[in-house]
Amino acid sequence: MGVRKVNEQLLSVGIDMGTSTTQLVLSKLHIQNLASSFSVPRLVITDKEVVYRSDICFTPVLADNRIDMLQIQSFVQEQYEKAGIHKDEIQTGAVIITGETARKDNANEVLLSLSGFAGDFVVATAGPDLESIIAAKGAGAHTYSKEHSTSIVNIDIGGGTSNLALFAGGELLDTGCLDIGGRLIKVDQSTHEITYIAPKIIQLAERKGLYLALGQRVTPADLQPIIGEMVKLLEESVGLKPPSDFYDTIITNKGLRLDRAIPCISFSGGVADYIYQEATGDVFEFGDIGILLGRAIAASPLTQQLTVARSVETIRATVVGAGSHTTEISGSTITYTEESFPIKNIPILKLAVADESGSSEQLAGAIADKLNWFKLNNDLQRVAIALEGKKSPSFLEVQKYAQGLHQGMSELLAREYPLIVIVQHDMAKVLGQSLYALLGYKKDVICIDSVQVDNGDYIDIGKPIADGKVLPVVIKTLVFH
Amino acid sequence: MNEKDLKSMIESILNEMVGNKAEQETETAKPVETVAAAESNESELVQASVPEEVQEDDGECLEDITEIDLRKLLLVPDPEDREGYLKMKEKTPARLGVWRAGPRYKTITSLRFRADHAAAQDAVFSYVSEEFVKEMNLVPVATKCRDKDEYITRPDLGRQFSEETIEYIKQNTTKQAKVQIMVGDGLSSAAIEANLRDIIPSITQGFKMYGLDVGNILFVKHCRVPSMDVIGDVTEADVVCLLVGERPGLVTAESMSAYIAYKPTVGMPEARRTVISNIHSGGTPAVEAGAHIAELIKTMIERKASGIDLKL
Repeated sequence: MGVRKVNEQLLSVGIDMGTSTTQLVLSKLHIQNLASSFSVPRLVITDKEVVYRSDICFTPVLADNRIDMLQIQSFVQEQYEKAGIHKDEIQTGAVIITGETARKDNANEVLLSLSGFAGDFVVATAGPDLESIIAAKGAGAHTYSKEHSTSIVNIDIGGGTSNLALFAGGELLDTGCLDIGGRLIKVDQSTHEITYIAPKIIQLAERKGLYLALGQRVTPADLQPIIGEMVKLLEESVGLKPPSDFYDTIITNKGLRLDRAIPCISFSGGVADYIYQEATGDVFEFGDIGILLGRAIAASPLTQQLTVARSVETIRATVVGAGSHTTEISGSTITYTEESFPIKNIPILKLAVADESGSSEQLAGAIADKLNWFKLNNDLQRVAIALEGKKSPSFLEVQKYAQGLHQGMSELLAREYPLIVIVQHDMAKVLGQSLYALLGYKKDVICIDSVQVDNGDYIDIGKPIADGKVLPVVIKTLVFH
Repeated sequence: MNEKDLKSMIESILNEMVGNKAEQETETAKPVETVAAAESNESELVQASVPEEVQEDDGECLEDITEIDLRKLLLVPDPEDREGYLKMKEKTPARLGVWRAGPRYKTITSLRFRADHAAAQDAVFSYVSEEFVKEMNLVPVATKCRDKDEYITRPDLGRQFSEETIEYIKQNTTKQAKVQIMVGDGLSSAAIEANLRDIIPSITQGFKMYGLDVGNILFVKHCRVPSMDVIGDVTEADVVCLLVGERPGLVTAESMSAYIAYKPTVGMPEARRTVISNIHSGGTPAVEAGAHIAELIKTMIERKASGIDLKL
């Protein structure tokens, strides 16, 4: 067959607005058709390369504690110019807002307008879970776990939080987040006086009977006990120690489940640099305890009892993750009749396996019932239905799925929403065509496969690429809880 | 050297050789025993992953060993990393991790190999049943081959039709249709019976979406791929699509291909055919392949090209 060798590149942008800094990277995602000329196409992302790393700027905050949107926009504009690219060339990407910045009043507004400003299909993301996943992917933890056939936890230790993500064999198992970071105690560079202590750290010090006060002049030795307690909590978070009575307090939203032993560990975030290498010079160089925390971790059971994997990115892990690891591509035999891409922020309704195993009426009933979860003030939002599907189904089974979906999604159809169906097994093209037939070829269908999603996820779908064979998608966990 | 000397010399050499061999055998006997002992230990393991065999002789059949999913069968005793090994096996139908008995395959591996080979041979030498052809509402015709032997030995006859057959085809197909579908047994009748029920309705449904008619579908017995060129000439269809059984291998005997060409004609270069191969339950599912084929045919009609002329 005359297959033009697909060797397409997607230019992707990643922007990370963190507690203290904002940065940007540009990545190239290479897409190739790996199938032989004698079979159905199989397009995959074969390579991801970071082609531009921006300067790191301080996240601009206005006097009223709101994020300075205009200044961030001009930063992005300036970096695009430095990289020699135009906004129109950006095909995909993600903006992530992390740490303290995510809690500012205008966070949501800034996030959405910046994602629009950065490019057509640049997706807005936030939330501690997603931050953990994106940082770990940027650090290369998922690749390590796949290549070494092992499980690994990545801890992204930034200024305010430590984000944990656990991967096994390349698959994400769990995430967690602790309020432990390098800037939770700030120390004046010249006077060595404590200028700031985060509330939870004050609590921790009190609990452990450690003296710590604002204005106190400190030496590294004075800070050793409190930093030691912080490291112990990190040890608890990966199961090296049983959880202490303060563990639940230090958790931001949730910890790892810890139902299995974790053999390997990697570190990212600003503090990671001082775990992997010895710092020279002043330990209070940055006016915080980051360097001391890194050193303490390097000398702890975290590195001595676990196999330490060198991460590919440290301080830039999150931004690289956002730029290189958020976009996936759908399966290569799919159906879409809708033309108005990108479609953004569609919540996922994932059916239970039991819903799928019965008749088409049962499937329809389950969908209709579960659609109620997505009603706000009795108004139904757009929803994408996700299901497992079947490996090598018969045509009759496909019809059963199509009828069940068609019937179950009637309420969405009544609102003129397109039918968006995400099936895991390779059957999207025939299922999409079946649905389109049931709609009398009058209403739009988007049916894609080979994408894994779950309840609580959101999906963004971009413009078709590779001559329309595949759709780029970004899967996000819940934005702003 | 006289004959007698020569004879006795050869005798002594032979004795020496045989004697040595016997000695070697006694030497190696021990390790072989150990292997055998080790094997009897691990036979429990194998039993666990193989369906239980029926012991009593009550006329029942043995379990079908071809039902075992080879990608999930790991015969290596105490592997260093079982999960990793199975993960690797997931990615290939190759027979990895079959272990051994001494220097040979284990019984299960050996039997399975022969069973798969037998299935492959059956697929070639059996026929698509007449009931099946009727059930699928196909128009049955045959090439000039008189039996399977001739089919195998005379590829040239597998691409020709008699005058009467051509007349019959003309009467039972639409002239100058946009597309003519045909099915051929090819080298695997099993592939046709396994996939047709799912792929035909899938193609039909896809055609409907693109405003194409399926029309009558031909079934060609003793079919070689270039027979579609004759059908192209006879029907003058824009596109001819042949669904044909692939030469079976040890992985599956049920793999089917679709050969599709824009205005095929006898003597045209092979490069004008577009092929979608590997249609079976372990490859591209028949329903999904059907949906893809429908779109591919629509594209061919639009662009008036196929094979390497069709840039996809």
